[in-house]
This record gives sequence, C-alpha cells and structure tokens, in this order.
Amino acid sequence: MAGQRPTTSAAPVDTGRHAYLQNKVTKRRAIGPGLRTFLIFAILVGLGALIFPSSYFYRVGTLVWINTLAVTGIVVLLGYVGLVSLGHAGFFAIGAYATAILPNYGVPSPLAMLSGVLLAGLLALVVGRPILKLSGYYLAIATLGLGMLIWMVLSKEAWLTGGPDGMTVSGMNARNLFKMVGLNLKSAEAWYWVAGFTAAIGAAIAVNLAGSPSGRSLRAIHDSDVAARSLGIDVARAKSRAFVISAIYAAVAGGLLALANGYITPETGGFMHSVEMVTMAVLGGATSVFGALVGALILTALPQVLTVFADYEHMVLGGIMVVTMIAMRRGLVPFIADLWTRRKS
Amino acid sequence: MSLDIDGIGIAFGGIKAVDDVSFTAHPGEVTSIIGPNGAGKTTLFNLVSGVYRASSGRVRIDGQDVTGLAAHDLARRGMARTFQNLQVFPQMTALDNVMTGCHMQERSNLLSDLLGLPGARRETERSCASAMAALERAGLADLAHRPASEMSYGQLKRLEIARALVTGCTILLLDEPAAGCNAVETREVDDLIHAIADEGKTVVLIEHDMRMVMRISSHIVVLDQGRKIAEGGPQEIRTNPHVIAAYLGAHGAAEAEAAAHA
Amino acid sequence: MSELLQFLVSGVTVGAIYAAIALGFTLIYNASGVVNFAQGEFVVIGGMTAAALIGAGVPVWIAAPLAVIAGMLVGVLLYRLAIRPAREAPLVSLIIITIGASIFLRGAMQAVFDKQIHRYDGFSGDAPLRVGGATILPQSLWIIGGSIAVFAFLAWFLNRTRAGRGIRATASNRMAAALVGINTGRAMNLSFALSAAIGALAGVLATPVTFTSYDVGVLMALKGFSATMLGGVGSPLGALAGGLLIGLIEAMTAGYISSDYKDASAFVVILLVLFLRPQGLFGARITERV
Repeated sequence: MAGQRPTTSAAPVDTGRHAYLQNKVTKRRAIGPGLRTFLIFAILVGLGALIFPSSYFYRVGTLVWINTLAVTGIVVLLGYVGLVSLGHAGFFAIGAYATAILPNYGVPSPLAMLSGVLLAGLLALVVGRPILKLSGYYLAIATLGLGMLIWMVLSKEAWLTGGPDGMTVSGMNARNLFKMVGLNLKSAEAWYWVAGFTAAIGAAIAVNLAGSPSGRSLRAIHDSDVAARSLGIDVARAKSRAFVISAIYAAVAGGLLALANGYITPETGGFMHSVEMVTMAVLGGATSVFGALVGALILTALPQVLTVFADYEHMVLGGIMVVTMIAMRRGLVPFIADLWTRRKS
Repeated sequence: MSLDIDGIGIAFGGIKAVDDVSFTAHPGEVTSIIGPNGAGKTTLFNLVSGVYRASSGRVRIDGQDVTGLAAHDLARRGMARTFQNLQVFPQMTALDNVMTGCHMQERSNLLSDLLGLPGARRETERSCASAMAALERAGLADLAHRPASEMSYGQLKRLEIARALVTGCTILLLDEPAAGCNAVETREVDDLIHAIADEGKTVVLIEHDMRMVMRISSHIVVLDQGRKIAEGGPQEIRTNPHVIAAYLGAHGAAEAEAAAHA
Repeated sequence: MSELLQFLVSGVTVGAIYAAIALGFTLIYNASGVVNFAQGEFVVIGGMTAAALIGAGVPVWIAAPLAVIAGMLVGVLLYRLAIRPAREAPLVSLIIITIGASIFLRGAMQAVFDKQIHRYDGFSGDAPLRVGGATILPQSLWIIGGSIAVFAFLAWFLNRTRAGRGIRATASNRMAAALVGINTGRAMNLSFALSAAIGALAGVLATPVTFTSYDVGVLMALKGFSATMLGGVGSPLGALAGGLLIGLIEAMTAGYISSDYKDASAFVVILLVLFLRPQGLFGARITERV
C-alpha cells in the first residue's frame, strides 16, 4: 500500500517524535510473545513437578493442564471473538470417545486421537455455518442444544460407548514415550509432562493468534460486527475459524484425558462440563491464556479441596460463580492486574 | 472512483426511510449530505455501504453496479466509512484499532499466524507502521497505546477516520466526523478531509456543522424525510428556500426571511 | 387410535408443565432482559417442599400454597442477590450468574432435603380415568387445569391491575416507566416472584405424575427453553403454544420413534427453530440499529 503522504496543512509533524514512537512500537524483541508464553508455561509445569510429593498431585496437575488446554480454546472463541458456547464439552467428548472407541477396531491410539480431533473440527465447521449466524443468548442456547445432543448419543448408544457408565480406554501410555529416550517415569508423572507440554504449546499458539492479522480480525468482531465488515473482514469466515479452532483445542484435551485416565464417561460431554469450561475461562479472565490457566487451576483444584465439604460442593461452586461475576466482572487476572497498576500510581 | 447513487430507497414497515434518492459523488471532491434530524442521512449511508439492503435503486462505483453487495465486499472495492454512533473497538488500544483497518492489505494465512512465523510478524509490523502514520495524520499518535475506551468522543471520531484511511480506500463515507469536536479539532478534521479529497479520493460527508459544510464541500445534497429536496453548490443551497424551510419549518423560514430583510 | 390419544394426553400434560416454565422464563426475560437458567429450580423447589411438608403430615391444601410461597421467596432472593447486583454486566456474566445460581440452589436443596426421588399422592387420588380408550390420571387434569388457570390469571393481572401494568411498563422501557412514577424496583421483584411462583406451582402439580428430586431442574429448564424458543422469546402466548407443542412432540417421539431419545426432541427443536426461524412462532424479529 502506498505510504500516507504527510498532511498538507495540519501542525508540522515532529519527525523525531514520530520515529521514537515507531521504534517503541515496532522494536523487535528477542523472543516473540508466543515463545515467551511457551517458556512461562514450561517453567510452571516444571515448578509443579518440583514440588509435587505424590502421584495424586501429578494426577490433579495433569487434569489442570488438560483443562487449561480446553479452556484456551474457549478463550479464543469467547475472549477473542466474544461468542458464548454452552456446548463445547461436546467437542471435548468427541475427542475423548474417538480415542477410546477406535482402538477397539484396530486403530492405533495416536491415530484414533487424531481422528477424534479431525471429527470435532469437521463437525464444528459444518454445524458452525448455521449456528454462527446467531448471536447472544440465541447462540448460547443453540450450542447448548448441540452439546446436549452429542451427550445424549454418547449416553444412549451403549453398544458403542458403554452408555452412562462409560468405558475403559486402552491406549498408548505416556510412560513408553519417555522410556524411548531412556527416562523411567511413573505413569502419572509421564502424563503430567505430556499434558503440561501440550497445554504450553496450545497457549503459545493462542498468543500468536492474538497478535497476528487473523487475530486482529477476530478481536474486531468482538466489539463491532458492523465495523469489522466495513473493514473488509469476512465475519462469517472468521467466526467459523474461531469455532473450529476452539473445537480442536477441546478435542485434543478430551483425547488426552481419555488416555491419561484410562476411563471416560458421557459426563465429559455434558452440560455441566460445558458450563465448567466457560466458567473457568471467565473466572480467570476470558481474554488471556493466563486467565485460562488461573481459572482451570482454581476450578480443578477446588473440588479436591472441597471433598471435605462434599455435601456443600455445589453450593460453594455456585456461590463462587455468582459472586465472581458480580464482583470481578472481567475475571481474576485482570482484576489483580488492575489492583497492581492502581497501587503503582 | 466515482460513486453513483441512483433512485435508492428502503422502507421499514410502512415508513419510507429513504425514498428515491439520487446523486453522484466525484473523486477529488467533497460531497456533503445534510438535512434535519431523521432525514435519513445515516440510513442512506447504511444502504450505500451494504449494512442495509435497498428495496429499490442502484449503486454504482465507476459505472460498475455494486447494488446488494455485502459490506465486506464493498470494502474490498475500496469503500470505507465511519459511523455516527461510533463503532470503535473499546477493548483494543488506539493503535490496534487502526491496525484492524489494515486487514485488506495484510498477506497472511491462518497457519503462519498460529505458528507465529516470521511472515506473519512482518505483516503485523507493516500494519503497525501504517497505523502509526495514520494516527499521526489524525493527531492521535500520543494515544497509540491507550485503550480506546479511555478516549474522548472527539478523539474516537478521529480514530475512526484514521482506521478508515489505512484501508487504502478510494471512497470514504464520513458520518458526522466533526461531532463532539471543539473549534480547533473541527478545523483539524476539516483540513484532514480536504487533504484526503486532494489525494483524489471520493469523500461523502454527513455533517450538521453548517460552517464546515459550506467551507469544505464542492457539492451538497439535502435530504428531508427521506427524500432529496435540493442539490447544488454551497451558495445555491445556502439560499434555497426549501432547505431553509426543512430546517426551520415554514414558520421559522418566514421568520428567517423577515429577519434577513429587517 | 387409542394409542395416539394416549400420546396426545401425556403430551398435553407434560406440555402444560413446560408451558408454565416457559411462561416463567418469558416474565423474567421481559422484565430484566435476562434468560434465567435457574428457572427449572423453582419447579424443583415447589415439588420438593410440597413433598417434604406432605410427608411430614401437612394436608395438601396447606402444603401446596406454602410450597409456592417458598418458591416465590427464592425468586425474589434470586433477583435481589444475583441479578440486581449484576446490572449492566455483559452477556456471558449474566449466563454464568444464573447458571451459578441454579447450581447453588441445587446444592441447597440437596442439603436441605436429600438426594432421593420423591412423590406424593395425586390431589384427587391416583385411580386412572378412562377417556375414549386412553387412560388419564386425575392429576393430569389438575396440571392442565392449573396451567390454564395460571395463564388466565396472568393475562388478567398484567392487563387489569395497576401492579401488572407496572410490570409491563417496566418490561417495555425501564427508564421511561421510572420517569412516570412507576416503582420499577417493585415491578422487578414482582416479576421474579410471579415467575418463581408459577414454576413452583408447576412443580407442586406435576410431582405426583413426574416425581421430583433435587437434580431434575436442569432438564426442565432446558425443555422450558425449547418451548420459549419455539413460541418466541418474550411472548406469553408463545410460551403456551411452545410448551404444548414441545410436550406433544416429545410424547410422539417417545411413542413412535424411541423413548430413549424423547429428551432429544426438545433439543432438535431448539436447533431447528434457531436455524430456520429464530423469532419462533410469535416472537418479534430483531434488527440491529447502527
């Protein structure tokens, strides 16, 4: 595009200041934001491994990273574009069940998981077309309906899925991956590293997206559909991309869960799980992957802590949901960030 | 590129918001649309820019019929606009806001974006430079990293202009660009619009600030109740009795007449 | 033929319950612009409270109103503690709030009552009646009659009483209503109270037929949604029509297709409505003003 000619009659442009601002803005940092995010996540994963005293902690940690991965997808859909989906657990379950079912037909585990991811992506692409024409409550309810239908099929077709009681998953064990490079880890530890590593990659990708041309298009739609269109952005296509990307994140997470746990039930695709995913995103701060991590951490660790209050678990969870939305609308990470900047000034 | 509006109209329910409006806007000129509130000016813009579907009439760019094209297709044909009640992106910084305007200039694919490949980063840097230049031009360079939600109404109006400029448009529709601006800011917007038109772009303006309109326009179209009631140069429009009556009402027009002769 | 009649009967019965839930949604949506995901919990509160009271020996004609009042109180609390403090919150926050409230209420009911399934005897006994080859439980007549009564009452209330018109004005334009002296706070409280009362009443009437337990609220709410979407968001007439239609579709699906997937029919309906005609049967079309 031809460069802008300087204004002819406005106040003279201070070229010195212009250059300074240009440099400030465009200076190349040694490490891009994506790589930086990956490293931060990697450090956090390592930190966990350093302090965890038992397999139990590794298993909870694995769950935290798996949830972080799934919720990162929600961050892309909800945080970047602004679309609320109450059915994404459906995609999670598709990833999980493909990983569980296909090996029974002779498909090797990694291929099964890949198939699950592709299936979820394809479904998101196809169903996204009509669904993404909706917005607001209508979109939320439509995705809710979609998720419920997936859940129902998984619950009823017991011949395939084991029904409401779920099914066992036999597949590759992460231990073997590490054995290949000479490391002897316990199963729980091995899965922790795999889950953490995958979550770190997922986070880096999401951060790359945010600062990229595609990402800017997505974020434009968040605030004004109309303005985005006026800038030549194909809104329908952008929304579809975000929907498919978030479905893929969920499906990968689902596949990992199936393999790590060795067992899955239809509840991985249920309404409550979809709600959990959105809540984790919003609790932490829907617009950032660190929000996803914080939200996943809190809501995964909380039930473990709350088993003491087993009877009151729902009341506490529900209460947290209501109170945080009223008091910390944008989520925990922005809330704390605001407090921090206010203290500085 | 010339913009030719031919008999365009739309009805909401039983009300004809815009009724058989025709005019042509030429490159290098500023065409202003004026008229009392509710005359249908913004609706006209919405029709031309593809936000609404016209029920009658045609829109042509350089002779090519673009009627019924979606907003983003029209953007690709070189049409950009600003909005009367601001459609900025409050969650983003001013710089990011303008960078979104570079969308059509950016050559990047989803995969390189996701992987953070050098190609994607280069595009971002290019857009960034482009956006900074536009912000400078609009007098907003200092606010580049401020979230748009913290900017004043007048600043946001100029932000939208900056965003429209980076699209590389040839036709620019500005909906009340000087609203909320003080005298100094209005003058700056004035100069900016003049400069844009001098570059050969086709500028169409909706404005209420009559002094600005008279000063800057080559060609004025007056709407009232959805219909065009007058068209011409500033001098003609200023003294046109229909126009005066439309703004002031018949009684007010009579008073203005009496005051002029007093 | 009598099979069809049987399905029609069960369809209308359960449809009357969905219609009541949908009506509750509509009231709250009209008043506050919020889709209340906790609507199903009012139904459970009504049923569980009645079951507990009746189980403790309280006669039905006292237990039922008390259960409805319990529901009403919860409705007002929901508004005061969860909805009103959130005022201009973004969509996703409001969704999380009402879902959070429903989870909270579910937990509360689990704690206050228990996890068992409950029922009590029908108001006019449980001996089925035979009508044209189909059997109908007397309680079904109570349900259908109750629903009709609720709709009639609401129609009268909203149109003929000051309080009711205040609700309509507040729903239409809160600021304008406040400016003409309507106590919009009271109108909001009343809307929520009414909505919850209707839900609780549905629960009280339905329990002899459908049983109740602490976690049936979710599915109830979702079917109520379906009814609301089908009828058209914001339209009480739509709530009635939508509810009955969903009930009938569900019964037909259970009868002729598969009883396993009868619950799925409501979701298929939601998707079809939203894809083909988002405004439903009686809803208004929405156009965005720029």
